[in-house]
Amino acid sequence: MLNARDILETITMIQDENLDIRTITMGISLLDCIDSDIDIACQKVYDKITHCAKDLVKVGEDIEKEYGVPIINKRISVTPIAIISAASKGDPVKFALTLEKAAIACGVNFIGGYSALVQKGFSAGDKELILSIPEALAVTDHVCSSVNIGSTKTGINLDACKLMGEIVKQTSERTADRDCIGSAKLVVFCNAPEDNPFMAGAFHGVGEPDCIINVGVSGPGVVRAALAKAPDADITEIADIIKKIAFKITRMGQLVGVEASRRLGVPFGIVDLSLAPTPAVGDSVAYILEEIGLEKCGAHGTTATLALLNDAVKKGGVMASSKVGGLSGAFIPVTEDAGMIDAARCGSLSLDKLEAMTAVCSVGLDMVVVPGDITPETIAAIIADEAAIGMVNFKTTAVRLIPAIGKNIGDELEFGGLLGNGPVMKINYHSPAKFINRGGQIPAPLQSLKN
Amino acid sequence: MRAVITVIGKDTVGIMAKVSGVCADSHANVIEVTQSVLQDMFAMIMLIDIDKLNCEFSALSDKLDSLGNSLGLSIHTMHEDIFNSMHRI
Repeated sequence: MLNARDILETITMIQDENLDIRTITMGISLLDCIDSDIDIACQKVYDKITHCAKDLVKVGEDIEKEYGVPIINKRISVTPIAIISAASKGDPVKFALTLEKAAIACGVNFIGGYSALVQKGFSAGDKELILSIPEALAVTDHVCSSVNIGSTKTGINLDACKLMGEIVKQTSERTADRDCIGSAKLVVFCNAPEDNPFMAGAFHGVGEPDCIINVGVSGPGVVRAALAKAPDADITEIADIIKKIAFKITRMGQLVGVEASRRLGVPFGIVDLSLAPTPAVGDSVAYILEEIGLEKCGAHGTTATLALLNDAVKKGGVMASSKVGGLSGAFIPVTEDAGMIDAARCGSLSLDKLEAMTAVCSVGLDMVVVPGDITPETIAAIIADEAAIGMVNFKTTAVRLIPAIGKNIGDELEFGGLLGNGPVMKINYHSPAKFINRGGQIPAPLQSLKN
Repeated sequence: MRAVITVIGKDTVGIMAKVSGVCADSHANVIEVTQSVLQDMFAMIMLIDIDKLNCEFSALSDKLDSLGNSLGLSIHTMHEDIFNSMHRI
């Protein structure tokens, strides 16, 4: 039986605390679109995406209305395009333009999968695709790109790190007139998950079914509000409160995922147990850490509180969903989180602290604005550092840096919408060029003798 | 299948009549109502049966939305599954 308190609690969560489904992402395999003629391949890609996802947006909107839960994004992820373009030769940007056209036709917010997996080396098509990323992200608005350069099983491809350092910089330069938005759509991964519904890193792994629905939930505001009601609780109780809230949030994601999959006639993939912030006031992961007891995010204690939060979110969420996957955990994208933006502006949150935080939470150095004069080698070294954390800890880490071309400390970039805005953060200018230019492969780490 | 309508706002004459009027027009049967008025704030939770609706559920939700706007009340219409899944194991 329903009771009034439960009903009002749900409505308060949605109305006042920004609870929402962050994304319904349809994963579509393009393996059957491979063709030696690039134009035929592009046509097949367009036809398949627009066929599979034709009702995605409408079904999302119907569910939103029926259940009264906002579903912020409807998105598509596809097989890494490097695999498709390898057979066709020709300019991979044609595929980017095809994805853009298909995304517009379906009405989705983003389409991810302009990707390559090069953790152990480049196969045919990989290098061409990576080199085309700056162009592809400059001529499209909806396409997102990711490159996996390392994994726990293979180690880190340092040649790919070096290349990605250059690509990230070029991508920013190509879109310098639009606040360098290109790099906000480009992620470099270590241990990339194949069923991630979140952009910019979503792609549809080759081990996945032909078509699938994945759901990402959100709700930092709800967690913070629940903690605010327990100002004197000890830290064990704090963990329990977070688990309970994460359970409720995830149940909503599970319901929406199952319902969307039923209506679309597509198998249900996973719920990503996530706390995804937005720039809206109150929808911030940093504010949760501050609610736990930090004066400002970035202070000493941030890593410990974040570790607790991330773990409790997973523990609460895992029981609420039949299938869990994706990135699962608390996200810390700087420009997308009002509390992080504040902390970065006032100098409390540094790049070094962020790096430490990524060792205990989902994803990694996400949406970090760095000075425009950063060298490609320094970007590559930041990628290598982050990938090393992921590789050694058997977790996903990612880097989404935005070199702010022509700007420096004290300046800000403004992307608008969910991507938010943020100040340029300090970097270390001592050169890692010799290390990066050595190239080769950092060997996979030992899995025993863990210390 | 059932849905939950919640109405919150400043108390005026005929809120309940108007909300149940919209339900009746759409063939939604009212099963249960709890209502309270604290000072001049009105709060009502109404459980309705939506098996025999003569329109789409989203159309009923739209009608109640616009009723809410015209009366200056906040009206939410949500399928009961959302509450069951969030608050029951």
